[in-house]
Amino acid sequence: MNLMRRKSEELFFRVVMFLATCIIALVLFIILYGIFHKGISSLSWEMLTSTPKGGFYFGKEGGIANAIIGSIYLSFGAVLLALIIGVPVALFMNIYLLKFKKIVNTIRFFLDILWGIPSIVYGAFGFSVMILFGWKTSLMAGIIIVALFIIPILIRGIDEVLKTVPMGLLESSFSLGATKSEIAFRVIVRQCFPGIVTSVLLSFGRAIGDAAAVLFTTGFTDRIPTSLSQPSATLPLSIFFQLSSPVAEVKNRAYAAATVLTIIILVISIFSRYISDKYKRNRIG
Amino acid sequence: MSFHFNSFYLRRKLKDKLITWWMNFGLAIVIILPIAIGFSLFMKSHLIFENSSITGIIFSKEWKPLSGKFGLLPFLMGSLWVTFLAVLIAVPVCLLSAIHLTQYAKKWVLHMMHPVIDILAGIPSVIYGIWGVIAIIPFVQHLAAFFGKSVSGYSILAGAIVLSIMIVPFILNILVEIFRTVPEELTEASLSLGASHWQTIKKVIIRKAFPGIISAVGLGVSRAFGETIAVLMVVGNVIRIPHGIFQPGYPLPALIANNYGEMLSIPMYDSALMFSALVLFCVVVFFNLLSRMAIMRFERKL
Amino acid sequence: MLTDTQISIRNLNLSIGSNKILNDINIDIPKNKITVILGPSGCGKTTLLKTLNRLTDLYPNVKVDGKIIIDNEDILHTNKDITEIRKKMGLLAQRPYPLPMSIFNNVAFGLKLNGNNKKAVLHERVEHYLKQVSLWDEVKDRLKEPASALSIGQQQRLCLARGLGVEPEIILADEPTSALDPISSQAIEQKFIELKEQYTVVMVTHILRQARRIADYVIFMYLGEIIEQGFAKELFENPKQEKTKMYMEGLIN
Repeated sequence: MNLMRRKSEELFFRVVMFLATCIIALVLFIILYGIFHKGISSLSWEMLTSTPKGGFYFGKEGGIANAIIGSIYLSFGAVLLALIIGVPVALFMNIYLLKFKKIVNTIRFFLDILWGIPSIVYGAFGFSVMILFGWKTSLMAGIIIVALFIIPILIRGIDEVLKTVPMGLLESSFSLGATKSEIAFRVIVRQCFPGIVTSVLLSFGRAIGDAAAVLFTTGFTDRIPTSLSQPSATLPLSIFFQLSSPVAEVKNRAYAAATVLTIIILVISIFSRYISDKYKRNRIG
Repeated sequence: MSFHFNSFYLRRKLKDKLITWWMNFGLAIVIILPIAIGFSLFMKSHLIFENSSITGIIFSKEWKPLSGKFGLLPFLMGSLWVTFLAVLIAVPVCLLSAIHLTQYAKKWVLHMMHPVIDILAGIPSVIYGIWGVIAIIPFVQHLAAFFGKSVSGYSILAGAIVLSIMIVPFILNILVEIFRTVPEELTEASLSLGASHWQTIKKVIIRKAFPGIISAVGLGVSRAFGETIAVLMVVGNVIRIPHGIFQPGYPLPALIANNYGEMLSIPMYDSALMFSALVLFCVVVFFNLLSRMAIMRFERKL
Repeated sequence: MLTDTQISIRNLNLSIGSNKILNDINIDIPKNKITVILGPSGCGKTTLLKTLNRLTDLYPNVKVDGKIIIDNEDILHTNKDITEIRKKMGLLAQRPYPLPMSIFNNVAFGLKLNGNNKKAVLHERVEHYLKQVSLWDEVKDRLKEPASALSIGQQQRLCLARGLGVEPEIILADEPTSALDPISSQAIEQKFIELKEQYTVVMVTHILRQARRIADYVIFMYLGEIIEQGFAKELFENPKQEKTKMYMEGLIN
C-alpha cells in the first residue's frame, strides 16, 4: 500500500519532470515559429538593402538597411573595444596572478556582479556621462557603453577557457625562459583559441541584441551612419520603435528586423556550440 | 654560456613591461566601472532629496512629475508583481527539468538540450518582447475572457510569462550544475540503503542541493528584476499599483526606459529617473551578491 | 668529494602554507653527470627539482629559504631576471606538453625568443636538435604538422629537443618516462646517457631499476629530507643509511 503510493508518486513526478523538459524545448520552437511566421513574408531584397523612406515611423517605403548596417558597426566596434580591454585582463588573471588565488577569485566575483547589472543601468550611466560632457547621441557613445556592458561577459567566458590550461603546459613554457607576456600571447592564446572565439561570438550576440543601453546613447535615425559621431539605427530599436506604428508597412519592417536578428542569434548560438564541442573532442587533456 | 645583454633582450623586456601595463589598465577599468556607475547614479539622484526623504519617495504613490511629485511605489509594486510571478512560474519548471536531465534522462537528451538552452539564453530581449506581443497578449486576452474578464492583454501576467521564459535558461543552467556537483557517493549510499531513486532525490539530493537551489532562485530574481525591454513591451505601462495579474503594471526599468527623452525638460525628473536606476542597481547587486556568496559557501561545504 | 660541482644547495627549506615540504636540504650536483633524485612518491623530490629553476615561484603560499648556487650565483637571492636563470635549465615534465604549434615551431620557440629569426639559421638549428634526440628522421617530412599529431613517445622527445633549443647547461627531468611505453622510455634513457657529455642531467624518479640503469650520482630522499647522497656504484652496493637499505630492498615505497 505504502509502496503503491510511493511508486505512483514517483511515476507522477517522472512524467511531470519529463514534461517540464519538453515544455522548455517546445517554447523555443513556438517562439521561433512565431517570429518567422510574421517576418519571413516581409523579407525581401529591398527590405534588406534600403533605408526607410518618409520617416521610419510612418513611411511606407523602404527597408531596414539602416538598422542592419548600424547594428553591424556598433557590435563590431563594441566587441573590438571589449577584446582590447578584456583579453589582457583574462590573461592577467590566469597567468600573472597564478600565485595569488585569493585575488583572482575576488576579481572573478567582481566580474560576476558586473555581469548581473542590467544593461539599462549601463545606459542610464552612459546617458548621465554624456549629459555631463554635452555629448550628443552617437555611434561612438553606443560602442563604448555596449563594450562596457559586454566586457564582464567576454572576460568570464575567456577566463573559463583559460582556467582549463594544464599547469604542466605553463610550467614547460616558463622553463623555456619565456616572459609572462610571451607565454600569454604565443602559447596560451593559441591553445585556447577556439574557446576564445566562442566567447567572442557569444559577446557579439549580446551586443547586437541589446536595446536598453543603445536607447540612451545611440539614438535612432533613418540613415546609415557615415561617421562615429552620428546617431545610428540598430536592429533592436528598429523593432522597438516600429512595432507600435499604425502603418502596416512599418510594422512589417519591425517583423523583418526581428527575423533578421533572430537568424543572426541562431547562427551564432549553433556555430559557437559546434566549435566548442568540436574542440573539446580534439583536446589533449 | 654567456649572458647576452643585447638590444633584442632589452626590447623583449620593454614589450613585457608595456603589456603588463596594458593589462593593469584593463583591470583598473573593470574594477572602477561598478564603482563609477554607482557613484554617478548617486550623484545625479541626490538632488531629489532636497524636498523629500528616501522613504518618502519609495513609498509614495503619487507620480506627478509636473507637480514635482515622484512617488516610486507603483513602479516598485509593478516590478515586484512581475518578478515574483515570473519566478513562481520559472523555478518549478526549471527544478523539475533539472532533476529530469541530471537524474533520469539519457545523456543525449542533456546534450540536445544544450543548444536549446543556449539559444533561449541568447535570444535578445526585444525578440522576446515582440513575440510576447504576437503570441502572449492574445493568449492572456483569451485566458482572461475564460475568467469572464475583458482586458487588453497587456498585463502583469503577460510580462511575467515572457519574463519567466527569459530567466529559465539562466536558472536551469545553474540548477543542472548544482545537481551535477552533488557527489555520486551520496546517491550511491542512499540507493544501497534500499531507498528508491525518487526517494533519494527527494530526501538526499534536494536537501544537499537546497542552498544552491535558493541561490539559483536569488540569481533568477536578480535577473528578472532588471529585465527591461521585453517586459516593457507587454506589460501595459499604466501608472497604477496593480491589483490583479490581468491588470497592467509599470515596472521600474520600464519607467527609466520610457521617459529618458523627457528627462531634461522637467525639473528634477532626471534625478528621479537616476534614483530609480540607482534603486534598480542596488536591488540587483544585492540579490546577486547574496546568492553568489551562498553558492560559494555551498560549494565549499561539498 | 665532488671534483666538479654544477649546483650546490645549502640549507634549503620550503613550505607551502603550513606544510613543510623540504627540510634542510644540503646537496651537491656534479657537472656532466646524470644525477638521480630517488625516493618514494610524495617525498618532495619533484618540488626539489622545481626549486632549481624556480618554478616554485608559481605556487601560491610558498616560503623558501636557503641557497641554491649555480655558476657561483645564488639563484634564490639574485637580481638577475628570472627568465635568464630559467634558460640555463631545460625541463622535461612527467607528461609531454607540446606547445600548440607545429613540430618545427616547437623546437624553434626558444630560438625565436632569443631573437633568431633568420629562416636558414632556424632550419639548421631545428634539424640539429631534432637529430640530437633522434627524432629527425621520423619527422623531417612533416615539420609543419601540429606537434599533437605525434605519438606520446615522440612528443616527449620533441619536448626534449625544444628544451635543448634554448641552449641550457642543465637538463631537469621530472619522471620523464612515467607516461611512456617501454620502448620510448628506453629511448629517453639512452638520450640522457648521450647528452651528459654536453649537459648536466638531474632526473627525478621513483623507479629503482631506472636509477640503477643510468645514474652516475644518486640523491636519496624520504619525507622531504636527504637521507643519503653519493656516487651510484657505492650507494647501490653499500648504502650507509638504514632507510636507504630498506628502500633498496623494496621495504619502503
